[in-house]
Amino acid sequence: MPAVDVSGLVVRYPGDVTAVDGLSFTAEAGEVLALLGPNGAGKTTTVETLEGYKPPTAGSVRVLGLDPVADHARLMPRIGVMLQKGGVYPGIKPVEALRLFAAFYPSPEDAGGLLDRLGLTAVAGTPWRRLSGGEQQRVSLALALIGKPEVAFLDEPTAGVDVAGRQVIREVIGELRARGTCVLLATHELDEAERVADRVVIVDHGRLLAEGTPAELMSSTERTTIDFGAPAGLDVGSLSAALGAAVVEVRPGQYSVIAPPAPATVAALTAWLAEHDLPLGDLRAGRQSLEDVFLRLTGDGS
Amino acid sequence: MKRVVAQTRVELALTLRRGESVLLSLGLPVLLLVFFSLVDVLPTGTKDPIDFLAPGVLALAVMSTAMVGLGIATGFERQYGVLKRLGSTPLGRPALLASKTLAILGVEVLQAVVLAGVAFALGWSPSGSLAAVVAAMLLATVGFAGLGLLMAGRLRGEAVLAAANGLYLVLLLFGGMVIPVAKLPGALRAVARILPAAALSDVLHAATTAGAMPGRAWAVLAVWAVAAPLAAAATFRWE
Repeated sequence: MPAVDVSGLVVRYPGDVTAVDGLSFTAEAGEVLALLGPNGAGKTTTVETLEGYKPPTAGSVRVLGLDPVADHARLMPRIGVMLQKGGVYPGIKPVEALRLFAAFYPSPEDAGGLLDRLGLTAVAGTPWRRLSGGEQQRVSLALALIGKPEVAFLDEPTAGVDVAGRQVIREVIGELRARGTCVLLATHELDEAERVADRVVIVDHGRLLAEGTPAELMSSTERTTIDFGAPAGLDVGSLSAALGAAVVEVRPGQYSVIAPPAPATVAALTAWLAEHDLPLGDLRAGRQSLEDVFLRLTGDGS
Repeated sequence: MKRVVAQTRVELALTLRRGESVLLSLGLPVLLLVFFSLVDVLPTGTKDPIDFLAPGVLALAVMSTAMVGLGIATGFERQYGVLKRLGSTPLGRPALLASKTLAILGVEVLQAVVLAGVAFALGWSPSGSLAAVVAAMLLATVGFAGLGLLMAGRLRGEAVLAAANGLYLVLLLFGGMVIPVAKLPGALRAVARILPAAALSDVLHAATTAGAMPGRAWAVLAVWAVAAPLAAAATFRWE
């Protein structure tokens, strides 16, 4: 039984807005799954359906084999939730909030230890509203983890967090994986998904676009162009003839050779530039970045 | 049970930490009590103004805590997603409501002790039924809490803040708390009599001066105690 099982999920809001449109995926215990997509892709809606906040319009969701709405009371002690924003009393101190939440769960973490782990000891007595954005995010994460959840739902956990804070959050997510917790991470940050996720599910307009490990996604499609930067206004006709492949100036100073990135073609390209005494800017060939995959799939790129 | 205790403790601590809430629920009632009992300018109709003011500020205390304090706090908790976040913990809504109720009763006990203490120090000599006082305050708490949650369940935090404080001032003036309802002009008096504030004041005055129990005021309190929570429950949005 997967820890999280989303099957044919459809969520429609009043006014016939379809937020999630036939989404299916699973996540296992001890796995970090990133739900990756642009803003408005349906990530938060999907996560909130799994947390029992909204019933599916169609399809089904199961967490630890339970229905988040019908089995709400049985499921809540076993999951941890980090909302996209807010969720904490403005006047409460982090240590009070953690002790309060600790009292809700059967065998919670030690509040002091968790504050320490997340680098919050120095602000443990500072009211929530006076914490920085990054500190608030880490308190929210601590509240999601205080009950030793079997499944943790983290919605944009690194939003507004500085570099050091991100590092701590990544480490904590790694510890959760090692402990056998299933972590479902909703994010629009490719870098975070690539760094922490075992598997990535790319969604847009409520639909699944691609699914796999970051490595699988990045090598799933052969690159068919060599992109490079050079001075604007090159004689692309002459270059095309030299390479035996079409060359287009995508925008001034940015060129694409319409050919697979074979070393011979790259060598011919650099030789041509050397011959004409032209500088080479960036050169992109071979494996795509996750960003390339993402932009191509979500249609935000060219 | 452990959950309700922890939640109640936090609700109480946060309430007593909010300066404006303490000002409204304790500071202002004590000020009114002391000022108008020493400066006898109100048309209280009693020999000693304290005999009118003491039950009046007890009514004010209930209104400030159950309606204003609860409404404002809940409005902001809703706006900041606190209620939503609690919804995905094992606390559960019944336990949350129980905790809020206990926290309100805790604050009211504190208010009653302080205000009665000050009133006794100022020479208050009540005669009547303590049971009726407690019963009326409990019944009014339910009604006022319903009104507070009715506002909190739909309006933004800032709007609840404005509406609840405005209502506080209006009911302070028209609720028979410092100015007898009998002194209000006719039409206003008729309106005041069907509001929960004046009904509570009437009952508390009667119960502390060995007066005849005003049946109509009890009925008004009872209707508000049923209607306001029902309206709040029907319209409340957790997110």
